[in-house]
Amino acid sequence: MNARDPSLFVRLRRRLQRWGAHPEARKYPAADTAITAIPLPPTLTLPLAQHIGAPAQPVVRAGDRVLRGQLIAQGAGKVSAPLHAPTSGTVVGIVDVPVPHPSKLPAPALIIACDGLDEACPAEGADPFTLSPGEIAQRVADAGIVGLGGATFPSAVKLSLGRDQPIPTLILNGGECEPYLSCDDRLMQERAGQVVDGARIILRAIGGERALIGVESNKPAAIAALREAAGGHADVRVVPVPSRYPMGSEKQLIAWLTGREVPSEGRSADIGVMVHNVATAAAIHRAIRHGEPLTSRIVTVAGGTVRTPRNLEVRIGTPISALVAFCGGLTATPTRLVMGGPMMGVAVDSLEIPVIKASGGVLALGPDEVAAPDASAACIRCGACVGACPIGLLPLEIAARIRGDDLPGSAALGLKDCIGCGTCAFVCPSRIPLVQYFNHAKGELAARERDRLRQESIRELVQARAARMEREAREKAEAAARRKAEREKAKAAAARKPEEVSA
Amino acid sequence: MKAVFASPHAHGARPVGQVMLLVMAALVPATFNGFWHFGWPAIFLWLTTILACLLAESLALQVAGRAIRPALADGSAVLTGWLLAISLPPWAPWWIGALGGAFAIIVCKQAFGGLGQNLFNPAMAARVVLLISFPLEMTRWVAPAVFGSVHAPDFLAALDITFGAGIPDALSSATILDYVRSEVSRGVGVGQALDASFKPLASSLGSRAGSLGETGALLLAGGGIFLIATRVIGARIPIGFLLGVAVPAALAHALAPQAYLPPLAHLLTGGVTLGAFFIATDYVTSPSTPLGQWLFGLGCGLLTWIIRSWGAYPEGVAFAILLMNAATPLIDHYTRPRIFGRRRDGRSLSPQES
Repeated sequence: MNARDPSLFVRLRRRLQRWGAHPEARKYPAADTAITAIPLPPTLTLPLAQHIGAPAQPVVRAGDRVLRGQLIAQGAGKVSAPLHAPTSGTVVGIVDVPVPHPSKLPAPALIIACDGLDEACPAEGADPFTLSPGEIAQRVADAGIVGLGGATFPSAVKLSLGRDQPIPTLILNGGECEPYLSCDDRLMQERAGQVVDGARIILRAIGGERALIGVESNKPAAIAALREAAGGHADVRVVPVPSRYPMGSEKQLIAWLTGREVPSEGRSADIGVMVHNVATAAAIHRAIRHGEPLTSRIVTVAGGTVRTPRNLEVRIGTPISALVAFCGGLTATPTRLVMGGPMMGVAVDSLEIPVIKASGGVLALGPDEVAAPDASAACIRCGACVGACPIGLLPLEIAARIRGDDLPGSAALGLKDCIGCGTCAFVCPSRIPLVQYFNHAKGELAARERDRLRQESIRELVQARAARMEREAREKAEAAARRKAEREKAKAAAARKPEEVSA
Repeated sequence: MKAVFASPHAHGARPVGQVMLLVMAALVPATFNGFWHFGWPAIFLWLTTILACLLAESLALQVAGRAIRPALADGSAVLTGWLLAISLPPWAPWWIGALGGAFAIIVCKQAFGGLGQNLFNPAMAARVVLLISFPLEMTRWVAPAVFGSVHAPDFLAALDITFGAGIPDALSSATILDYVRSEVSRGVGVGQALDASFKPLASSLGSRAGSLGETGALLLAGGGIFLIATRVIGARIPIGFLLGVAVPAALAHALAPQAYLPPLAHLLTGGVTLGAFFIATDYVTSPSTPLGQWLFGLGCGLLTWIIRSWGAYPEGVAFAILLMNAATPLIDHYTRPRIFGRRRDGRSLSPQES
């Protein structure tokens, strides 16, 4: 369980591994542009579910005036995250709006009409090293911070894991292996100090010993900036990792940096490791040191049809049309609009969709940048997906089972271990939408499992009821028998009495 | 505009048609070498076989009610025909190529469900069916007669060979493997028989009797290396195949030099290079797991050597590949890679083990 460096054997073995793919990076010219804040839009749209877990519950009403940083919706339950007003203005109401979700179904969101004053509510920072780990986790929870790498898992829930088990190693994920995206790259270059300080705050919160910041080797400027910022801290180390998709996947990054695999039925904390995105660490720094809740994020706007791709600092809730307009607009109608990266991002329909906490990128892709949607052909069993899968699955076999409606068979081949990275579909010469197959099967299997559990609990209830009825009937019968016996005893006694009398 | 697009939105692989084109490009040198050495009849046979495959594919797709154009455009039928043609005796009559092509496509491929569904490599299965059904036509070899040389048939004579009377008796010859086998059965040692027939460099650049494209063994190997370099095929199956032939051959030859051919003669004669680089590496009929590919390649090589050394036929590449094709589902089943975070037996790693 110790925090240790990978052995020579592990180093050799990982050099021989060939999983993953090398998609064209296409990070430039956006990666060369400094982070720029964009002007406030007239209205902000804040979906209540921007994180994994229960949607936040609004605590403001239509007509309320809110200030920047003010709580507008609170977390509901253990795994949830609150929302804060990204600027000052008036709450318009709660309406169903289109959100970045693959289903394209609308979801409820708070609408704020901005007043342009950007008036902040008073915020108070603290020295993290005078706070207890529990207090740090609480402040992170109150700031509404979620995993900014795209997973959007509430960060405080992860931080409190440190109280249950020792987690010596913190890994900051600066992989950013998705093509086009450079928001983390720019953050690491321009705000390396915040990232390093965030790492040290997290270390304190989880009681960790060392922090490793894994950065893909195609970001030398970020590596240099982080190394300079980490200079004075022996417990923070910057480690370049090869540029390969999906190196930024949590399991792959842990395996590369520590030589250890997260157990399939376990969590990274079980092997003494916790991973946070570099942007999350910077957000934690701001929340603790300055008391600022999460109300903005850095977004890469790129793609072949964007006039001047660049990195923007954007208030959560800003419609992506405002981002695109700030980048000079579109040169042509995009073939596909994507929120996030091209490998795992979500296709969206309209430019009116808001930036949410998960949005690292807004891509307006041209025809030559997108896989044609219906060009899929028969599987030729070339096995490219087998070599590419970072988990060691056989995507072609799993897809064949799903096609044949043999979902248990696909599960037996390890479907549940699939991380959905899409490398298999990326390298498939037949362009089979493998991820779509897997997502369908995962959903179907989960539904069947829920169904099974429900049936099981119904059966248990029915059985319990039958047992209870039986018990009650038995008790009734016993009671009746007892009463009968007593009656007979009394009768017998009564019959005997005259004898006694006569005797 | 409500269409749902699944990620990934980017795509990075060559389409199937391009893969097939690259394989054909890799076959070009060996094929032209065959044309050069065996003349017009070889060209006629090659064309006939490919045409037969295309017609058979169209017919089968028509019957199955599937779209014909995209299936033909992927190039798989042409490639099947091409591979079959270069494994045939170059002066075989046209109906051998036509029948073989039709059998390969209709029975070996489309009857199984089309591209990606067949168990056996269509070209090799067709070649074996032809060999068993028409042993005479399938073993009539000719010595190379380079274009323009005295023995080379002109265009009209070639038409007569392929579409008419057949091969003039005076011109038939024997392959190196045939020759050595018959010499050994007469009591002549392997060494002497080989000296008389096998000159490593010349023989592997086409100056020998043999199948249309197989005689340019070095050119085939070059094409194969091109395919490995362009990542069209993996290196495991070809290397396994060559080792599977060479290692037992070297051992047996070291123990009994007069009874067993040396490894170099095994590698450069017959269809070993064609099989190792172009047939055994057929995606559809070979394993997709890394370990499985090694086993498959080694198995193909070893079976080839066994059939050549002790079997009834002088050549065994096609049989070896078909046998291993049959074993492919089993190999794939038992050689699944370990899943990340799990043990080989499929159970989750414990925190201590990982």
